Amino acid sequence: MTETNAGSPEPQDTPKRVIGTPAPAETHTLLAKGDDEPAAPAAAADELDEKSAKRAERVVALFFVLTFLASIAFIAAYVYVGRDGGMHGADRTQQANVLLGGAMTLSFMAMGIGVTIWVRRLMTAKQIVQERHGLASPEEDRRIFAEGALEGGADTGLAKRPLLRRTLLLAAAPLGLAPLVLLRDLGPLPEKKLRHTFWRDAVAAAKAQGKPGVRLLVDGSYRPLTISDFDSPGGMITVVPEGIEQTADPLNEVAKAATIVINVPPELFKPLKGRENWHVNGVVAYSKICTHVGCPAALYEQTTHHILCPCHQSTFDATNGAKVIFGPAARALPQLPIAVDAEGYLIATADYDVPVGPSFWERGATQQ
Amino acid sequence: MSTAELPKAVDGPLTFIDDRLGSTTFMKRNLKKVFPDHWSFMLGEIALYSFIILLLTGTFLTLWFKPSMTDVIYHGSYVKLDGVKMSEAYQSTLNITFDVRGGLLMRQIHHWAAILFMAAIMAHMLRVFFTGAYRKPRELNWLIGLGLFTLGLLEGLFGYSLPDDALSGAGLRITAGVIQSIPLVGSYIMFFLFGGEYPGQDIIPRFFTLHILLIPGIILALVTAHMMIMWHQKHTAMPSKDQAETHVVGYPFYPVFMAKTGAYFLFTFGVISLLATFAQINPIWMFGPYDPAAISAGSQPDFYMGFLEGSLRMMPNWETNLWGYTIPWNVLIPALVPLGLVMTGAGLFPFVERWVTGDQRYHHVNDRPRNAPTRTAIGMTGVVFYGVLWLAGGNDIIAYKFDVSLYATTWFFRVAIFAGPILAFIITKRICLGLQRSDAATMAHGYESGTIKMMPNGEFIEVHKEPEEEQKAVILSKEEPKPSLPARDENGIPAPATKGLLGHVRARLNRAWHIDNITVEEGHGHEAEGADRELSKGH
Ligand code: HEM
Ligand code: FES
Repeated sequence: MTETNAGSPEPQDTPKRVIGTPAPAETHTLLAKGDDEPAAPAAAADELDEKSAKRAERVVALFFVLTFLASIAFIAAYVYVGRDGGMHGADRTQQANVLLGGAMTLSFMAMGIGVTIWVRRLMTAKQIVQERHGLASPEEDRRIFAEGALEGGADTGLAKRPLLRRTLLLAAAPLGLAPLVLLRDLGPLPEKKLRHTFWRDAVAAAKAQGKPGVRLLVDGSYRPLTISDFDSPGGMITVVPEGIEQTADPLNEVAKAATIVINVPPELFKPLKGRENWHVNGVVAYSKICTHVGCPAALYEQTTHHILCPCHQSTFDATNGAKVIFGPAARALPQLPIAVDAEGYLIATADYDVPVGPSFWERGATQQ
Repeated sequence: MSTAELPKAVDGPLTFIDDRLGSTTFMKRNLKKVFPDHWSFMLGEIALYSFIILLLTGTFLTLWFKPSMTDVIYHGSYVKLDGVKMSEAYQSTLNITFDVRGGLLMRQIHHWAAILFMAAIMAHMLRVFFTGAYRKPRELNWLIGLGLFTLGLLEGLFGYSLPDDALSGAGLRITAGVIQSIPLVGSYIMFFLFGGEYPGQDIIPRFFTLHILLIPGIILALVTAHMMIMWHQKHTAMPSKDQAETHVVGYPFYPVFMAKTGAYFLFTFGVISLLATFAQINPIWMFGPYDPAAISAGSQPDFYMGFLEGSLRMMPNWETNLWGYTIPWNVLIPALVPLGLVMTGAGLFPFVERWVTGDQRYHHVNDRPRNAPTRTAIGMTGVVFYGVLWLAGGNDIIAYKFDVSLYATTWFFRVAIFAGPILAFIITKRICLGLQRSDAATMAHGYESGTIKMMPNGEFIEVHKEPEEEQKAVILSKEEPKPSLPARDENGIPAPATKGLLGHVRARLNRAWHIDNITVEEGHGHEAEGADRELSKGH
């Protein structure tokens, strides 16, 4: 059996890798050979070749000095990027990031490498053995504890005195509830707030002034939209009701009222029953708030007339009441009835007839 | 009394504390506490160090961050956004980025550390699962670990929301929509959480408190408990000729383990700061302030939230309306079921395994994954389930990169979420058994040495060598399954554990757990040469 030389460990002088993860159990620190009882840690470094140890010490020291220098460089870079009183914008920030981050990386890495070499080349501790002990307490202890617990329990009289026990429970119950009650003022109740949008108030205000409806303003520039903005087909414009900036919380209102206006070629447009006069010659308005979980359905494919929500790719057909043709959304995008006023501006004549956005329990089947 | 004298500077304070706390006895016992060595034991350490880095950098960020949704007009040093209306939170994040020296670095370190934290936790959990390190007595630490993972998800979600840029707003919008879908109380919880309608003025201050105080506090407490339990129970060890259930072999805490782990900490910090220096992450200035009416395509959450995104994407659009009430299955199922399934399954697993196998012993030496094929296969089932969800979260990117239709990818994932895990179970089990078979062959005939020898008759054979002690010990760490639960005890009475419906189920599961075992035993090593020749014919 010449080939089988099991059990004789390969001689191994220097560790192969130094940087990164130290290799497990090197042979030079392994258990004492041929001995079932692993040895206690060796007392001193005299086993090590003193010359190679000296060399290792110098290498480690080099890395520690590198760390020192990198940390100094970090401080210097900090001062440097703040010259003439501040970073003054993006370019200097980029520079600061590279200088500070570079110095920081170098100092941590160099120190890490230094320590690793130190452990592996200079520390002589061997692997040692430790007994594992059972974790459970001795039977005796368990018994004594059980006795004590029973004795104490009996002394409380809880088992014997039901009145005491029940009133104690009674006393505790509302105490546990009180913190929950305290949370009530976290927010108002939903009431019917999710059922309508600012279009309702805006249309009502316009009608009170004798106008047929409220104008659609382009989101961002707040310019009223005219029908001639749609001379050429295609395109999608996000609109909000006139007056939305003056509301108490415009973001909340926009988050429900945001609407997209799309110019569908009239020959392709199929108005739904009861919505024949909700569009202006193929120019149609749908809620921008996806009926899935509420992302803005912001993408419009002009060739297919699909409205796509980028969050989870629900796809709605703009030519056909924004019905769902793919994806996780369960309901069509609600449609806003629009018309043109005397001056040629697009107006909304009513609020959405169903709640916009994601479903919720008390929403009900208000549609289809 | 003692011959060893500590230097005065150390002895003084030590004596002071010991006189009052009696702490030296504890330290004596633990100075040389043994830590076994294996590369995979480092994963948990990386998670721990990433968390420490998160605490440090997060505290730095709080010095300038303003958790307020009040509108302001920006006039800071990032000129491209000059004059833009935004929230104070976003403005202060821009200020941290562009006006605080090192602010961008700290933001990027914080974010990269969050990603590394979650990645390391996940890898650590997989290591613990596949080696069976969660078994008695370590079930409690397994549960704590699951809690840490879940809290980490939440903490990351909240942190991501704080800068109030366009992307974080999209994440918040989805959060609001998901909460709103909960039956009965959804809209109430949503209104309570957001202080009214979405987005309101309260959510960022509230998430801020959760993000910097409540959740890190709980995480810190759990991490502490995790470490104390680990310390008390001692580390598990990988099978080796030195390790045994009765003792543990490894390096002493002081100085070797302490120095090594210190080096790991430095490397973790070093790698994260390297990433933060050169790999841009979450460049919020490019996204602009949050606007509920706008979104950019291709926005992706952090990787650890990807599975939720994927499950939302692949779900068919089911919704039920009954008696005027709506149940949006299309949101509820993907938001709750996958995480619920994985977490409940993982939480119950140690207890179910103990019940099924009837194994009530302590386990300090880990299993090799191949030697517990059923467990390994179940684990891979979970991994593939999670992986399919995660990939589905990037289906738009996949569709774009590979030029296939988006809908095709969605359908692919709808099928893969069922087929993938099943296939994974079967394939993993086969692989495990194959590895067992090769172990058995190694024990019986030795291992293929790679040395080719020419026989006197001109035939070439590969020399098979008898495995070395260490390899033998590792292979023989496999425990042969005991026969199925005894149907009857010594007196011929049916064992209580196998009676009734539950007992039946248990007996069946027990059989399924151990089915297809390959017996690996000490071979006839001395016939190795002869056997070799036979095996190697025709090589
Ligand atoms: C497990 C722990 C933690 C995780 C996973 C985590 C994750 C995150 C993430 C992903 C962000 C977004 C960063 C960005 O702007 O790109 C963030 C922001 C932030 N985190 Fe944490 N974090 C953790 C712990 C902490 C702690 C302990 C603190 C404070 C003591 C903190 C303070 C902050 C602050 C102030 C911000 C907002 C500032 C900014 O975005 O620039 N974080 N966190
Ligand atoms: S929010 Fe539109 S698809 Fe999910």
